[in-house]
Amino acid sequence: MTLTTDKTASKKKLGLKERYAAMTRDLGWEPTYRTPEELFPYLTYEGIKIHDWSAWEDPFRLTMDAYWKYQAEKERKFYAIVDAHAQNNGHLNITDARYLSALKLFLQAISPGEYAAHRGFARAGREFAGVGTQVACQMQALDEVRHAQTQIHALSNYNKFYDGFHAFARLRDRMWYNTVPRSFFDDAMTAGPFEFMLAIGFSFEYVLTNLLFVPFMSGAAYNGDMSTVTFGFSAQSDEARHMTLGLEVIKFLLEQDPDNLPIVQGWIDKWFWRGFRVLGLVSAMMDYMLPKRVMSWREAWNIYGQENGGALFRDLARYGIRKPSGWDDAEASIDHMSHQFMLALHHWNFGTAFHTWIPSEEEMTWLSAKYPDTFDRYYRPRWEHMRSIEEQGPQFHNFGLAKLCQVCQLPCVFTEPDDPSTLWQRETAYQGERYHFCSDGCQQIFDNEPEKYIQAWMPMQALFSELEGNVPAWMDWAGLINEQDNLNFHGSADERNFSAWRGLSTTNTTNQENPA
Amino acid sequence: MSTVFIAFQANEETRPIIEAIEVDNAAAEVVHEPAMVKVNAPGHLVINRETIEELIGRPYDLQELQVNLITLSGNLDEDDDALTLTWNE
Amino acid sequence: MSVKATKEYVGVPRDSVDKFHGKQIVYLNWHQHLLFAAAFMTWVEPELTFGDYIGGPITALIAADPDAAAVEWDKVEWKVRGESFTPDFAKSLADNGIGHKDLITMHTPGLNTLCGGSLPS
Repeated sequence: MTLTTDKTASKKKLGLKERYAAMTRDLGWEPTYRTPEELFPYLTYEGIKIHDWSAWEDPFRLTMDAYWKYQAEKERKFYAIVDAHAQNNGHLNITDARYLSALKLFLQAISPGEYAAHRGFARAGREFAGVGTQVACQMQALDEVRHAQTQIHALSNYNKFYDGFHAFARLRDRMWYNTVPRSFFDDAMTAGPFEFMLAIGFSFEYVLTNLLFVPFMSGAAYNGDMSTVTFGFSAQSDEARHMTLGLEVIKFLLEQDPDNLPIVQGWIDKWFWRGFRVLGLVSAMMDYMLPKRVMSWREAWNIYGQENGGALFRDLARYGIRKPSGWDDAEASIDHMSHQFMLALHHWNFGTAFHTWIPSEEEMTWLSAKYPDTFDRYYRPRWEHMRSIEEQGPQFHNFGLAKLCQVCQLPCVFTEPDDPSTLWQRETAYQGERYHFCSDGCQQIFDNEPEKYIQAWMPMQALFSELEGNVPAWMDWAGLINEQDNLNFHGSADERNFSAWRGLSTTNTTNQENPA
Repeated sequence: MSTVFIAFQANEETRPIIEAIEVDNAAAEVVHEPAMVKVNAPGHLVINRETIEELIGRPYDLQELQVNLITLSGNLDEDDDALTLTWNE
Repeated sequence: MSVKATKEYVGVPRDSVDKFHGKQIVYLNWHQHLLFAAAFMTWVEPELTFGDYIGGPITALIAADPDAAAVEWDKVEWKVRGESFTPDFAKSLADNGIGHKDLITMHTPGLNTLCGGSLPS
């Protein structure tokens, strides 16, 4: 078969490269009555030197006209499935109501991050001088707000039936574990435009988001949640473009001026570590919260961290870039972090807007197999001890609140890279005040810019400084409904309702009582 | 040589794309995962418009790939005829 | 290195002691006892004696650990701000030199039931 006629016909249109030039660079202009410095006032203070903005090119060469066309198609696909999910009680097709905890955490911690990224890229698009860069930032700003909207919309179907979804926006600002992603994006947005691009475009999107979306969305598919798979893959189709731009940013900066190298390397070091900490909770989602596991956090890291990140930094070595300084510490923590997070979340579950549980014996066997060097030795004894307490009465709660890291804002639950029995604790005194960190990486970030991090609003401290330790008042203020959103999965309304409703959907029993 | 990869949603639109990749990249390895197809290749991978057009029997714009793309790894270049992914090392 | 900014940039600490209603934050970590995922954050009067601090909130907080009953308080090795120190149980936290946001670590060599067995302490 030949397609000669069609090819001839399409020749009348501009080729991809010509269209890209026409729809980006050709839209630019030279200012006449204001100086370039007045128009773009934030381009020099970070120390980055750009000599030729036209060297920036989107490798996909996507232009706004094509962008609207393909995004509209993605939206149609998305809503077809979300509508079907809502119309057919799709929420009853998930493997187990424990899976909902992963969705709650996603909605509270990650969707607001998409919105923050939207704001950040909208601002970056205004502040960069090159038209190609402006168009790329504009597309990404639109992508990110679309992600926030589609995620909130898809998950609103679960809010009709289950607890913990109702106050995600308030929880984003006030809940202790949500200030982790919030402070991450606030840090990026209060940096200059180049650091923002390196932080979100490169370190987060390129190096780390595969770890979030790809295995997690495959996990959603494994667990029967078609609506999450759909928003996840719909978002991820944009991510591939974001990743490509992230890599383009770094090459562009390094090719523009040799003085950019040390600045860029410093940002890679900082933002790899911040991103690694922020995405750490995904490890607990993968290893513990998916009733049917798709792969372990360790396996995901091997593919998307070690192998893919390794390839990336081998490629960038030609510019003089090396791996982020925290890379080896990250690697040393992979076999520990999901257990450290989930044990912590479980013993503090009076303060979480999702449910936790002790893994079943079968799940512990899976964890032993996936983590042969660490689980049985370090973590199984703690779970079994907690289980023995829970079998005799109320579950074990640690009412000692957590010492938080001043930079990432996570509780300092991590252990020394070479000693899993000792907490990784670092402290710095600055102008008479004492600050604590979860790791060398976070301490170094603080020491580089102490004036920025001493202002951090720390949620645990605020419970005492603002609410004088009144926990019920804190719950009201944070948007957490006690004995409904929080505590153990076993005995929760989610567990009861899911089981009753699923029973109704698979049998012909008429149940007169409202299972709720 | 580092591995480049590209992943698509597993659906009817991507089936001929995967087939085209297999035709044009002898070293490519196709991995089927839940709801997703991932193709790995040593160092280099190419997707040719013409190969896809031969398989589907209609003109194809490579930018249509965007709709079903999940992720990729490697330095990307795209023009009217081909999309390539490459690691230099 | 300081914050990159277009003008002079001064940060103000958000959690200085004056904001804590006459009390202070004190952190305590029981070394190698990771049933408790992080150091405890406590909110206490600086006038509280070290003995009452340990006998009160800390004893209650550590009770769930199987080693708790075996702690011999006169043999505990203490550190504050990373340095060894010998507390006077009868004196206040302030008189023991324990200030706002200080981290106290307690070491109990030989006790590590839930923390990986025979590890070096």
